[in-house]
Amino acid sequence: MIAQTITTPVLDFEPVLPELVVVGAALLGLLYEAFARKSDRRVHLALALAGLSLAAAATVRLWDWDGAAAVLGGTVAVDRFSVVARLIVLIAAVVGLVYATAQAATDPDGVPGEVYPLVLFATSGMTLISAANDLIVVFLALEILSLSLYVLTGIGGRRRSIEASMKYFLLGAFSSAFFLYGVAMAYGATATTKIDGVAQALSGQTGSRALALLAMAFLVIGFGFKVSAAPFHMWTPDVYQGAPTPITAYMSAATKVAAFFALMRVLTVALQPLTWDWTPVIVAIAVISIVLGSIVAIAQTDVKRLLAYSSIAHAGFVLTAITAADATGIAAAIFYLASYAVMTLGAFGVVLLVERGDPGRTTIDDFAGLAKRRPGLAAAMTVFLLSLAGIPPTSGFIAKVSAFSAAVGVDLWYLVVVAVVASVVAAFFYLRVIVSMYMRPGREALPAEVPAGEASAGAPTFVVALLAAVTIVLGVFPGLLVGLFEDAAIVRW
Amino acid sequence: MSGRLLTVTTFLPLVGVAFLLIGGRSLGDRQARWIALVASLATFAVSLAVWGDFDRAADGFQLVEQARWVESAGLSYLMGVDGVSLWLVLLSTFLFPVAIVASWPVDRDVRLYLTSVLVLETAVVGSFLALDLLLFFLFFEAILVPMYLLIGGWGGERRVYAAIKFFLFTMAGSAFLLVAILVLYAKSQGALGQGTFDFRQLAVVADALPLGTARWLFLGFLVAFAVKVPLFPLHTWLPDAHTEAPTAGSVLLAGVLLKVGTYGLIRFNLALFPEASRHFATTISILAVIGIVYGAVAALIQSDVKRLVAYSSVSHLGFVVLGMFAFTQQAVTGSVLQMVNHGLATGALFLLVGMVYDRTHTRELSEMGGLASVMPWLLGAFLFTALASAGLPGLNGFVGEFLIVAGTFAVDHVSGSVAVVAVVLAAVYVLWSYQRVAFGPIHDEHRDLPDLSRREVVVLAPVLALLLVFGVAPSLVTRDVDPATERVIARVAPDRATIDIGDVDLDVAE
Repeated sequence: MIAQTITTPVLDFEPVLPELVVVGAALLGLLYEAFARKSDRRVHLALALAGLSLAAAATVRLWDWDGAAAVLGGTVAVDRFSVVARLIVLIAAVVGLVYATAQAATDPDGVPGEVYPLVLFATSGMTLISAANDLIVVFLALEILSLSLYVLTGIGGRRRSIEASMKYFLLGAFSSAFFLYGVAMAYGATATTKIDGVAQALSGQTGSRALALLAMAFLVIGFGFKVSAAPFHMWTPDVYQGAPTPITAYMSAATKVAAFFALMRVLTVALQPLTWDWTPVIVAIAVISIVLGSIVAIAQTDVKRLLAYSSIAHAGFVLTAITAADATGIAAAIFYLASYAVMTLGAFGVVLLVERGDPGRTTIDDFAGLAKRRPGLAAAMTVFLLSLAGIPPTSGFIAKVSAFSAAVGVDLWYLVVVAVVASVVAAFFYLRVIVSMYMRPGREALPAEVPAGEASAGAPTFVVALLAAVTIVLGVFPGLLVGLFEDAAIVRW
Repeated sequence: MSGRLLTVTTFLPLVGVAFLLIGGRSLGDRQARWIALVASLATFAVSLAVWGDFDRAADGFQLVEQARWVESAGLSYLMGVDGVSLWLVLLSTFLFPVAIVASWPVDRDVRLYLTSVLVLETAVVGSFLALDLLLFFLFFEAILVPMYLLIGGWGGERRVYAAIKFFLFTMAGSAFLLVAILVLYAKSQGALGQGTFDFRQLAVVADALPLGTARWLFLGFLVAFAVKVPLFPLHTWLPDAHTEAPTAGSVLLAGVLLKVGTYGLIRFNLALFPEASRHFATTISILAVIGIVYGAVAALIQSDVKRLVAYSSVSHLGFVVLGMFAFTQQAVTGSVLQMVNHGLATGALFLLVGMVYDRTHTRELSEMGGLASVMPWLLGAFLFTALASAGLPGLNGFVGEFLIVAGTFAVDHVSGSVAVVAVVLAAVYVLWSYQRVAFGPIHDEHRDLPDLSRREVVVLAPVLALLLVFGVAPSLVTRDVDPATERVIARVAPDRATIDIGDVDLDVAE
């Protein structure tokens, strides 16, 4: 007998425990939906929240991980960078599902039980992508989250949702192809798909530079689509408007965070040797996103569309921070993403509460007189809008300042000039909503004030209040998180 | 507590806000007003304590408080006071209770209104006291929101337009300020090893900058403050905002907010960029003179009395800027004095115009007339204030304008001479408008209008008293301000430190 030793890769599952838990919860949810005679959304919610909390606990344990920098054959990185990303995504999922449950109370058909497992599947893709250390795993995670989101967008079955879903799917498939092509190019250039391997090959100048540049371009296009940066943003307004509001809230925050973390890892690790080449590309995309997002938003009359264009502009602001290409820039981008997640979840939460019982009632005029009807809700919306506009004392202000500061630090002051001027333009349309809430009389006989689901509005109202408080607290004491994010900004490889 | 005096002054109004929020809907309008008034009066009392602790002989900033905030970002909580900011803080904390009493008749969304006023007070006082540039910017931007709500929520017919215009103009200006601040911070990282927003250290960093960079940064700061002042030709938001704002809003806008702009010029532009200040001084002086004359002429032809006062502000603020960029001791001190004087006089004018409007429900000069016969006290107060604003000797406006004109004339005959002409124009528009309001045939529906109420007397009396006090004893202010302006001049234009228009003793009281 010939002694044969097979070196099996060390399978250390602890670093992917969050994903496993979330997927497990999703599968249980699917089974429940399939076999329960009449599925109860509260059971779904409890199951999902349990899974997400366990995943969060498993994530926190990784903060002080002292094992290998990458596990599972080097395909999954273990670092504080991914811990932070996962936590933000998990929180966004919790908020999104709380919103969904509230919406289901007044509109059961709009939010079928499948929403819960689908959100969990999407979440597992998003958490995985932030830790992926291999371009193939990045692609895999990207597809997991994208496919779930395509379905979620159209799940309400309304005509507009289905149209948005179709559009999202077609354009998304297109961008996935670009991304995959980019991965192939990277492999062609460096003979590896490992993110750190690519960097080593490129810095050792053993790879093909021309192919690497092509890879960079295709990867950036693929990510640009997911983070909704212009000119890859075409799907954003339709999808944001067409998807059920809880889903819009969830994906506007979580998708952006997850895709940006993956983008940062690819740019600052894999393509680190090409920093001088990708910086101008990112600068250009940032400028286009900021200018286009801010200007087109002015013409919007629907708050969800308005927030969609604002999210395009915000993608540009995050890219502004990334242009610094150093730990300062990454820390700034992380802070930006965290505070953006909080304020966009909050803003969509207010939209949800305003349109209750009458989905689609989300025009700026529907917000008229909100300060009279629901002063607390109007105040919270004001906080979120001011934060999106970057006015102190909100987290959006600190986020913008640190992002701009990072860019100025590498002498990109002209980019910052564009960004601040666009911020002024952006302030105009945020103000329009505030004007509508505070300075215009409301319409008569509002159908939304149906007593039916009033009791179920408690949870989202509480969440919105909490998010508003976080927005202010982070604006006054940003130090609470900045230190953590600086630890997280050093990507291990 | 004495070690935290500046913090208490800045944030005490927010304690009032906390009470308003905790009270919530159960709070009656009347109780809410009293809470706000007590909070603002307490703030005024604390600011008087700051004045008491202020040591005129000491050098540099006093009562400095420093706390770490976001260490890695170089951001610190740094507050301090010198002669210039001391008096602007006193002016602000004095005018806020006045404005709150003046808004007693506001009966719509009272708590939101008062919350806005108190938040505004914190933001304004904070801007005057912050020595950390980013902290200053934070307060500076925070001014926008409450003022926007005040104009847009309780203003006149075109209030939404005016509010948005105000917001966007100011924010556009401050956008460049933010970039300039961040560039300075980035430069400080190179120069000091560790980035800082500390104004005092940045002055050193700024000195080492290449000329071109310093000038660009100067312009970044200038745009932000020139919009706020407002300096011609960036003034177009002002007439709309002043006219549409509710009375208290106009009072605070004219009395306090515009001073944040002039304060920014003297504190940051002059002190951080001395060379650039000299380089651009002529241009800015010309713009200031244009503003002085343009504001006065525009005031002459207004038919809306609130717009008239608004344009007179453009003119008066032109004087402030002119004096500041003359770089002589008298002119710069005169500028600071004029800031305080303008705040009081124009604040009082807006109060009076508001009182007239409450009675006649018109702001059109042509629809008024003969009011002196039915409301002698109100119109008497009006005349007193108008003359103070126009610079009648013995009242406060005279001293500041005299110092500015004399101090400017010593180094720049042309600007000085043109400015003097504008003083005459001021007398014309003030007296002519007063004539149209007070004398002539009275409209029938105005015959039974009541004279000043007790509340209105309470509002006006302290302001009018100060117009007289600072008219006869301006040294109350100037002795605190002088050391600070001396330091500024020593830095900007040491060659002009010795220029003296002679020993002018303007203190009638002494």
